[in-house]
Amino acid sequence: MSDPIHSLSLKKLRDGIHAGNFSVMEATDAYLERIANFNEELNAFITVTRDSAQAQAVEIDNRIRKGELDGAMAGLPYALKDLFCSKDVLTTCGSNMLRNFVSPYDAHVAERLKAAGGVLLGKNNMDEFAMGSSNETSAFGNVRNPWDTDCVPGGSSGGGAATVAARLAPVALGSDTGGSIRQPASFCNITGIKPTYGRISRYGMIAFASSLDQCGPMAPSAEDCAITLNVIAGLDARDSTSVDRPVPDYTATLNDSIDGLKIGLPKEFFAEGLNPQVGAVIERAIKEFEARGAIIKEVTLPNSHLAVPVYYVVAPAECSSNLSRFDGVRFGHRCENPQDLKDLYERSRWEGFGAEVKRRIMIGTYALSAGYYDAYYLKAQKIRRLIQQDFAEAFKDVDVIMGPSAPTTAFKLGAKKDDPIAMYLEDLYTIPVSLAGLPGMTFPIGFAADGLPVGMQLVGNYFEEARMLNIAHQYQLSTDWHTQVPAKFA
Amino acid sequence: MAISEAEVRKVAHLARLAMTEDSVEAYTRNLSNILDLVAQMEAVDTDGVVPMAHPLDMTQRLREDVVTETNHREAYQAVAPETEDGLYLVPKVIE
Amino acid sequence: MEWETVIGLEIHAQLATKSKIFSGSSTAYGAEPNTQASLVDLGMPGVLPVLNKEAVHMAVKFGLAIDAHLAPRSVFARKNYFYPDLPKGYQISQYELPIVGIGHMDIELEDGSIKRIGVTRAHLEEDAGKSLHEDFQGQTGIDLNRAGTPLLEIVSEPDMRNAKEAVAYMKKLHALVRYLGVCDGNMQEGSFRCDANVSVRRPGQPFGTRAEIKNLNSFRFIERAINHEVERQIDIIESGGTVVQETRLYDPDRNETRSMRSKEDANDYRYFPDPDLLPVEITPEFIASVRATLPELPEAKKQRFITQYSLSTYDADMLTQSRDVADYFEAVAQGCGDAKLAANWVNGDLSAALNRTGIEIANAPVAADAFAGLLKRILDNTISGKIAKEVFDAMWNGEGDADSVIDKKGLKQITDTGAIEAMIDEIIAANPKQTEEYRAGKDKLFGFFVGAAMKASKGKANPEQVNAILKQKLAG
Repeated sequence: MSDPIHSLSLKKLRDGIHAGNFSVMEATDAYLERIANFNEELNAFITVTRDSAQAQAVEIDNRIRKGELDGAMAGLPYALKDLFCSKDVLTTCGSNMLRNFVSPYDAHVAERLKAAGGVLLGKNNMDEFAMGSSNETSAFGNVRNPWDTDCVPGGSSGGGAATVAARLAPVALGSDTGGSIRQPASFCNITGIKPTYGRISRYGMIAFASSLDQCGPMAPSAEDCAITLNVIAGLDARDSTSVDRPVPDYTATLNDSIDGLKIGLPKEFFAEGLNPQVGAVIERAIKEFEARGAIIKEVTLPNSHLAVPVYYVVAPAECSSNLSRFDGVRFGHRCENPQDLKDLYERSRWEGFGAEVKRRIMIGTYALSAGYYDAYYLKAQKIRRLIQQDFAEAFKDVDVIMGPSAPTTAFKLGAKKDDPIAMYLEDLYTIPVSLAGLPGMTFPIGFAADGLPVGMQLVGNYFEEARMLNIAHQYQLSTDWHTQVPAKFA
Repeated sequence: MAISEAEVRKVAHLARLAMTEDSVEAYTRNLSNILDLVAQMEAVDTDGVVPMAHPLDMTQRLREDVVTETNHREAYQAVAPETEDGLYLVPKVIE
Repeated sequence: MEWETVIGLEIHAQLATKSKIFSGSSTAYGAEPNTQASLVDLGMPGVLPVLNKEAVHMAVKFGLAIDAHLAPRSVFARKNYFYPDLPKGYQISQYELPIVGIGHMDIELEDGSIKRIGVTRAHLEEDAGKSLHEDFQGQTGIDLNRAGTPLLEIVSEPDMRNAKEAVAYMKKLHALVRYLGVCDGNMQEGSFRCDANVSVRRPGQPFGTRAEIKNLNSFRFIERAINHEVERQIDIIESGGTVVQETRLYDPDRNETRSMRSKEDANDYRYFPDPDLLPVEITPEFIASVRATLPELPEAKKQRFITQYSLSTYDADMLTQSRDVADYFEAVAQGCGDAKLAANWVNGDLSAALNRTGIEIANAPVAADAFAGLLKRILDNTISGKIAKEVFDAMWNGEGDADSVIDKKGLKQITDTGAIEAMIDEIIAANPKQTEEYRAGKDKLFGFFVGAAMKASKGKANPEQVNAILKQKLAG
């Protein structure tokens, strides 16, 4: 075996383990060693679960040897964004509020991965409560982009994106509320998919905005994502919004032909606001699809320019309520010597939450308060419907929609930190998809003139994840963008 | 400013955030900028549009009325800031 | 000038489900603190609610019973406020689209007339936990066992005009929810609670400013608290002041209401649809399936008792106060074959014994079939009504069924004409003076002879036979 473990795809890792080329423990140690070497620089992990990972590895090696465990993820190491509750493991959500919160239970996806024989390497850094697009709102320090450590990795799943880009884990689970998987995937040259809202249970995923949050895998390739999605997708009775609908084998259709595929390009996604360098990479990739037999059509999403305003009402409104449970009573940060109940609440929350989280709580509180509800919340919900209808119209003419995942490549640390609006506009192209609840993914398509990666956003109709993964996989069969790793982390 | 300092203080209180005096100005500015962004919605005619609360048009699944939970008080209170005799403690509540 | 009182009630009935409304925790009362508080009940980060089907079923059942509109789609909303017994910082409730819409309840006023009280709505929501104010180093203790218990909040129109009407409405509702089996009605344990919105006005004028009185957890308190509050408001207005809209807490020990400090903040609940829950669909099929489980309602049962058993309105009313009493009565009536006798005994001696001992009828030491056995012995002349009381007491004390008590105590009625004649002959012989006076026309003395005969037989002689034989013998 010549290829180092960290360069292997999930499939090859699994096959290597089952062929006896290396043990689960060896694979686990290989990644733990990389984390030990590189995490200090990248700050991609808040918690590394070295001891429990090694203990799990021993157990899983035994079970595989005994033939008890044979699944596609048996023995595969993975990382979780630190908003997935992990039993007996620190689960911080990137916040001082939960700095010491050792979760008493496992999130649904954590249970599924455990049951499949995965090995948890650790918990990824993230924007606080998943609110941010640069990972700079984390209470545990910013994450650095492996492609340029002076740049942000994107957010809010920035820790996971950097982890996968630097091959500190073969796969990481992220979450996406307005672009938090797709935008960092674009910035870090990895593949990530946010499935249809409801496809994966949200149980145990600490909520930001409940009607938008969706978990998804981040990995080098579409095939890796398909393998992971097979394990985590499906009905969970504990989440009322989880959909009762059969889960296809996402790996089974990866090799289907994409000949005659109708790709829609929303003209609004190629208008002002898109960095021309990024636009050029996108257009080149579109041409490649065309050359492979795809039919390119322009479509229109006339209300998409309203998506960011709508999102900044809906998401904060939901978050203002979701984050009320952090009150210093049953878990989380409690202020010193509270004078009375009001003091307990107000200081615990003021101290526990960072500035961006507080901004969003206040915007949401304001939007829901008496006299403003109709003008903000109700209005936003109505425009959300219009945005959904735009997509429905577009999908009458095309199979999938493609466009940029983000208007720029990764920007410098600190560049937008003090300008919330500039930061919010990072998610210009991903937010409309989230509002509609549609599946969206990002896959690497090359590098802009600044040398930084660019990802293509691919949007499918509801529950079309298999088709999307198939399209990205076909592209990846003939390109090697997704296998490129920054020289330092090769 | 789309929102006044007084409103910011009121909202902070509703959200139980101990807004410090030296933060009021910055929050007012930031929140105003966000509300200016949001104000783009005003121009849209939404008469007759049904508000969308959920991305999917589904109805609530119902659970059978069965007791499935057992007592895990010790584990759950291990993460609590302050407990006594199985109770969570808070500063005295006056009704 | 006259004042008119306007009262609307908000009643919280805990639904008698086994598990909580959004979690699989037990709803049993009285467990050790926080031992029935699951991850969901505690509002742990990441947890989600899943609606209990039985709670929906019960709400629909109640809606059908008050002839209410049932929403084909109802929506759960979050009511946002901070309080330590509210773990999530919001209560999952219903706001714009409650499951039960407009309905009504008829109450009987003291003069016997019927008044219809409008029910505005009834919605499902979760109960909060409990704050324990005993001193924990100057702190308050929070027990979240009750958090998440399903509640049906039943909101009336401001249709009641005095405290007695409010009590009548509340009692009627209390009987109804127990009839339906949707709430155990235990007011001491807080299963059935009431808040009253009270205002006063000059007749014909618009509604006055109302105060909401909380903590009205007995029928007695509600009447006293409302009367007290009415007086307070009239005093304020008559001395030139204005009533403030506020929440007041009733203190039964002092019989007064006081402003609640914890509710001082003008609340802005910021209701919005709960994104963790989807609209609840109530299909015609579901309604039909619930309707099939609907028991006969108190009013219908009362009318049936009047026609089927020829009972008085009073008796029928008494017997239909609770489903257990009605069921007991019917079993006794059918068992003994004489509904009137059954009604008299159930409303009389049985009811008295239950009241005296505080035992619920369902747990009465004399079960319905045993009771019917006793009444049968009255009907077949084995014992007199008077002796039956003695037998009943013995049965209540666990001394066996009617026949064995009668047998053991030798209480069987004397119906042997020869024996009664012999006894009466002796009495006449022993009282020549009274016999003579009677025969001379002093009819009143007949009672003396009856008494003497019953005494001589220790109450066991059949009274009718005693009468007949006495009449015949005294006639000479």
